[in-house]
Amino acid sequence: MTSEEPSGVRDIAVVAFAQTDVRRTTDELSEVEMLMPVLHSVLDRTGLKTADMDFTCSGSSDYLAGRAFSFTLALDGVGAWPPISESHVEMDGAWALYEAWTKLLTGDADTALVYSYGKSSPGSVRDVLTRQLDPYYVAPLWPDSVALAALQAQALIDAGDTDEPALAAIGARSRRVATLNSRAQLRGSVPQGDYVVRPLRTGDCPPVGDGAAAVILAAGERARALCSRPAWIRGIDHRIEAHALGVRDLTDSPSTRLAAEKAGAFERPVDTAELHAPFSAQEVVLRKALRLNDSVRVNLSGGALAANPMMAAGLIRIGEAAARIHRGESDRALAHATSGPCLQQNLVAVLEGEPR
Amino acid sequence: MPEVLKAPLVVEFPFTRSLGPVQSAFLTGLRERVVLGVRTTDGRTLVPPVEYDPVTAEEIHDLVEVAPTGTVTTWAWNHAPRRGQPLTTPFAWVLVRLDGADTALLHALDAPGPDAVHTGMRVRIRWAGERTGAITDIACFEPHDGEPGQPSGSHGELAGDRVTGIVAPARLDYTYSPGRAQSAYIAELSTQRTVGERCPSCRKVYVPPRGACPTCGVPTAEQVEVGPRGTVTTFCIVNIKAKNLDIEVPYVYAHIALDGADLALHGRIGGIPYDQVRMGLRVEPVWTEGARYPDHYRPTGEPDADYDAYKELL
Ligand SMILES: [Zn+2]
Repeated sequence: MTSEEPSGVRDIAVVAFAQTDVRRTTDELSEVEMLMPVLHSVLDRTGLKTADMDFTCSGSSDYLAGRAFSFTLALDGVGAWPPISESHVEMDGAWALYEAWTKLLTGDADTALVYSYGKSSPGSVRDVLTRQLDPYYVAPLWPDSVALAALQAQALIDAGDTDEPALAAIGARSRRVATLNSRAQLRGSVPQGDYVVRPLRTGDCPPVGDGAAAVILAAGERARALCSRPAWIRGIDHRIEAHALGVRDLTDSPSTRLAAEKAGAFERPVDTAELHAPFSAQEVVLRKALRLNDSVRVNLSGGALAANPMMAAGLIRIGEAAARIHRGESDRALAHATSGPCLQQNLVAVLEGEPR
Repeated sequence: MPEVLKAPLVVEFPFTRSLGPVQSAFLTGLRERVVLGVRTTDGRTLVPPVEYDPVTAEEIHDLVEVAPTGTVTTWAWNHAPRRGQPLTTPFAWVLVRLDGADTALLHALDAPGPDAVHTGMRVRIRWAGERTGAITDIACFEPHDGEPGQPSGSHGELAGDRVTGIVAPARLDYTYSPGRAQSAYIAELSTQRTVGERCPSCRKVYVPPRGACPTCGVPTAEQVEVGPRGTVTTFCIVNIKAKNLDIEVPYVYAHIALDGADLALHGRIGGIPYDQVRMGLRVEPVWTEGARYPDHYRPTGEPDADYDAYKELL
């Protein structure tokens, strides 16, 4: 069903991206109702229908809304009957994109629809995320997501890598550039606020919000037909560190560095980076691990400090990076997604546009 | 559009977990006020101990006792403790490297305020009064000015039965909202009307509506009243009494295609002996005073529906 590429390895590109507005609450919408407009939006960009998709992959977590098997209901949004070739990851959609990319690499599919969504508003996401921790030694203590990020921030401060004013500046810059991103939840000037868990203040933490995103991948000539400037995926890799925080050096992210190396990020400089750093201190860690200097435009979307819909925020990083290539604003971009406490798991994708 | 409905939703479960040999030794040790680590083949001591080397993934089981005193490697001041956390008064989250260990343990530090905490400070374990073999046997850490603590010398040979499992209760609180389509459905039910939604593309009527057509992948919005009568498309006989459910067994639980609907919903069948329920039986809802949905469905007395009339809805 597919044509062999000259190199023997298929070229695969992000050809379309769409996302919802991210909002603090979406009481009036079920998950599928929140998701459907974004699915139609991404399809409209290519003129494709869901029935044209060779493979569909999604990412979400039932724990956010407290609804078992919610992804099966969300499938209504893509029209899952008669049965489609479909898969789901209980993770951020960036990992669903990785799975779809692998599927396209095998030649079993030429096109893939990747989507993810998160409705954090029904519960308390700080408490919900404690349930992903080691169930024997850590989860019984209920350390919330801000507390764990604060331990990492203090370790960075102790190491002399940052200080509280520098962290505040990261949050402020993220929300200032987000004024150009109509989808972002927090835009413009936002007070740095009180300590949530010291040393992190409100302004160092991501807003809690609901949102969804979708991406279409296509291989080879199919990608060129669907998009005037495809964002070719030159490499993707994801790596994981020890789960126990006390085993890791919290001031560094060796898994990000390794993923970036395997994805080819260090072969040539990138001009753009979209980093999934939900907490201000994590941007410090990631810039260091990815060797990003001031010539790289980092998080022009505002990043996760402006909008962090759980399970979609990582996919949005890839989508934002790809959209800049589509629009001719970037030639080589790095996109990063994270999952787990204190940057436990990290995915890096390198995207390129052809010379104009 | 009717008011969007909301209701509290509590998800609560006591997770029963079995322990591997190393976790079992560690938690048994805590019950006896002994802290055990595990030694890797390159000579590092991991506390809390794990069964596989985090670097090499090699299986490890060489237990070694460490001291109940240690050093804070990083900390974070928690001025507003949350439900389930170790202390109810403001405290510091800490990673503590116990004397003799090469890695750090996450726990709480009881201190008067953030000014009394710093990285590098010396702390010791405050044991819980009643210990069961769980990480919470360490009540918290507390500041410690004195000498490093001494291991008991037990080397994992502990008195009493070994702890082989833990029960970890989990509770999460949500405010559930069913969204636009299901809110409208539930609002109509309160007037004893059943309303589905028609797909603009394939014209099928879905009940209960979910806001999307699962065949076409398009939003549904056009409301269509269905029923009240319907046809049993398939059923099962329930023989086990559910907890907190006041229904005598055996009873029949059925899929019912309401007239005008293209999807069957499910409900209990009453008013007929369980062994006389059959596919094609015509039924109608029975409402009880003040209920938000039919209590059950009973036979209408009409002739059975022809199989061809409902075979697409099985
Ligand atoms: Zn339809």
